[in-house]
Amino acid sequence: MGASQPAGDVDPSTLLPPAEPVHLLDPDGTYHEDPDHPVDLDDDQLRMLYRHMVVTRKVDREAINLQRQGQLGVYASLLGQEAAQVGGAFALSEEDWVFPSYREMGAAVTRGVDTGKMLHLFRGTWLSDHDPYEHHFALYSIPIGTQALHAAGFAMGAKFDDNPIVTMAYFGDGATSEGDPHEAMTFAGVFKAPVVFFVQNNQWAISVPLDQQTAAPTLAHKAVGYGMPGHHCDGNDVLATYAVTRKAVDRARSGAGPALIEALTYRMEAHTTSDDPSRYRTRQEEEEAAKTDPIVRYKLFLEKEGLLDADLGEQVEAEAAAEATRMRDEIYEAPHGDPMELFEHVYVDDTGHFERQREVLATELAARDGEVSA
Amino acid sequence: MTVTLAQAINRGIHDAMEADDRVLMFGEDVGKLGGVFRVTDTLQETFGTDRVYDTPLAESGIIGTAIGLAMYGFRPVAEMQFDGFAYPAFEQFTSHLAKMRNRSRGRVKLPVTVRIPFGGGIGAVEHHSESPETYWAHTAGLKVVSPGTVADGYAMTRAAIAADDPVIVLEPKRRYWMKDDLELPVTTEPLHKAVVRRPGTDVTVVAYGPMLKTAMEAADAAEEEGWSLEVVDLRSLSPIDTDTLVASLQRTGRMVVVHEAAQSLGPAAEIAARMQQEAFYHLEAPILRATGYDTPYPPAMLEEFWLPDVDRILDRVEEALDY
Ligand SMILES: Cc1ncc(C[n+]2csc(CCOP(=O)(O)OP(=O)(O)O)c2C)c(N)n1
Ligand SMILES: [Mg+2]
Repeated sequence: MGASQPAGDVDPSTLLPPAEPVHLLDPDGTYHEDPDHPVDLDDDQLRMLYRHMVVTRKVDREAINLQRQGQLGVYASLLGQEAAQVGGAFALSEEDWVFPSYREMGAAVTRGVDTGKMLHLFRGTWLSDHDPYEHHFALYSIPIGTQALHAAGFAMGAKFDDNPIVTMAYFGDGATSEGDPHEAMTFAGVFKAPVVFFVQNNQWAISVPLDQQTAAPTLAHKAVGYGMPGHHCDGNDVLATYAVTRKAVDRARSGAGPALIEALTYRMEAHTTSDDPSRYRTRQEEEEAAKTDPIVRYKLFLEKEGLLDADLGEQVEAEAAAEATRMRDEIYEAPHGDPMELFEHVYVDDTGHFERQREVLATELAARDGEVSA
Repeated sequence: MTVTLAQAINRGIHDAMEADDRVLMFGEDVGKLGGVFRVTDTLQETFGTDRVYDTPLAESGIIGTAIGLAMYGFRPVAEMQFDGFAYPAFEQFTSHLAKMRNRSRGRVKLPVTVRIPFGGGIGAVEHHSESPETYWAHTAGLKVVSPGTVADGYAMTRAAIAADDPVIVLEPKRRYWMKDDLELPVTTEPLHKAVVRRPGTDVTVVAYGPMLKTAMEAADAAEEEGWSLEVVDLRSLSPIDTDTLVASLQRTGRMVVVHEAAQSLGPAAEIAARMQQEAFYHLEAPILRATGYDTPYPPAMLEEFWLPDVDRILDRVEEALDY
């Protein structure tokens, strides 16, 4: 028996996250250049980042309103996480894929997914209503961390096909304690799959803070255990998030394998509209966090750079308002799901599962109609 | 040619991979080793490590990545090494593999085959002899089948891989070494149909997978008692082919359902419920069950007392006839 061999051929120190999270924009909008993390965006693209964040915030707010008005059963807001989601998703190309959790409206906006369709899960009309293959945006995944494996498998498929696409899995800080992201990063490491694991560390998993979630130095350090680089960035800094993700995405696309990104941010809203954060965190903490608002900071930057004047600002606000109205109308005007559709999409080839049960429901529906007309 | 059940399944996977280059085969030790039961023997040599590969030892990872691969456009065949080791993947099976098509309103299909050696009778150590079929069959969105003959080992493997729905193939591990003639191509009933393996007039015995052979042996033994048993090979647990069962019950008026799985809420309970609903006036006796007990699977030295066998089946047959 020979001595045991290290599994990887990399020097672990090259995988470690930087001592400080990558940060390019100060809260007052001052930009610091970092040669390791270039921002290769033209003026239109820089404005587009702003547009996506503003639209995201607006539709997110509108979704909360829709829940308050009884139009949605529940909604999970991403308030405060706009830069993390938009900056991450903006680093992908159109052919790339996103596997979201349930809080990724910002990523959806960036991918061009219909925001109204994203709400049907929460409205309870259907379990989803967008076509994942249209914008390469998979279904929301509520069981924590499970989508990381779908992303890893998808990326393995691309790799087997020599298809130069990158897959991105979004999940939360709490999810890093689950088994599935662990297995996903294990598989991705072994198969050098072109997948980027993007952790939005918003400090909370419902009521459980990060220090009760893990004893790891940072979540980004976990990457070393899977043989992939760990990146750490200020997730409220859209340029840092973009630049870091871009680096990981380019590397994955080049065939060098997966990466883990930890974007530091803060969940400024309740976990969902059903949650009461006053039971586990202070107003003071929330007020402190609000000072690091990602949109305020980026707006100051654009103004400093002369990329955003009052006219353009108003135009973006108007676009966001129009999108929110469109989404709202879609939800208000949406139908109730058709009960007979319950049996429609369980199997591609329904070989006799529902013959009898379909009849039962049809009879019940006919009886209801009878009652209504009687 | 005469082959074992394991070889027939192996041939089924081989021919499916040859016919469609999007078919992949993966799991724990399925590559060089050819699987702990050698069901995937030589496949890696034939199709290369890109199409037949060993995964890390992580069952949720196997099923979860199979889902991603299927979404991408592959047709994965995943192996769970043993029945009792599929449980770490339970969430991926039930919340995603089974539901993705439904959740996506038909937009995403997952043509995934999961092969699971299952059942007892080989004197194995704890966790290697489980019959968890109810978990899978109770999960809407999965199809669940179990071959009981060598020919079905080939044919059902091909049909499962060709299906656009996720199919769990429960392979009766104690029958892997059972030999029979395999003539290709196999002509057989579709995946979801039950088959009358032996016609009879007095009592219908329903069995599947590992218990089919036992039921056939019981039918032989019953002849000596002067009882004529009709043996129905259920083949599919999801869906259940009610019509074939009802037709048999109409001929015999009596039914005994056999499975290794624990009794309560097992497949026999569902079959009994359907039969009394669909063929109440044909019943000459209550539907009886010859199954495992409602206890954890026993240690190897006690499994012969736990597993249904010819005697247990014939006891139930006699009860039905005496009713
Ligand atoms: C497997 C699983 N366990 C528990 C839950 C209930 N749950 C929903 S969200 C959540 C917290 C998740 O925290 P995190 O991963 O940090 O994501 P965040 O909600 O902060 O975006 C929990 C426990 C779940 N959805 N899935
Ligand atoms: Mg969190």
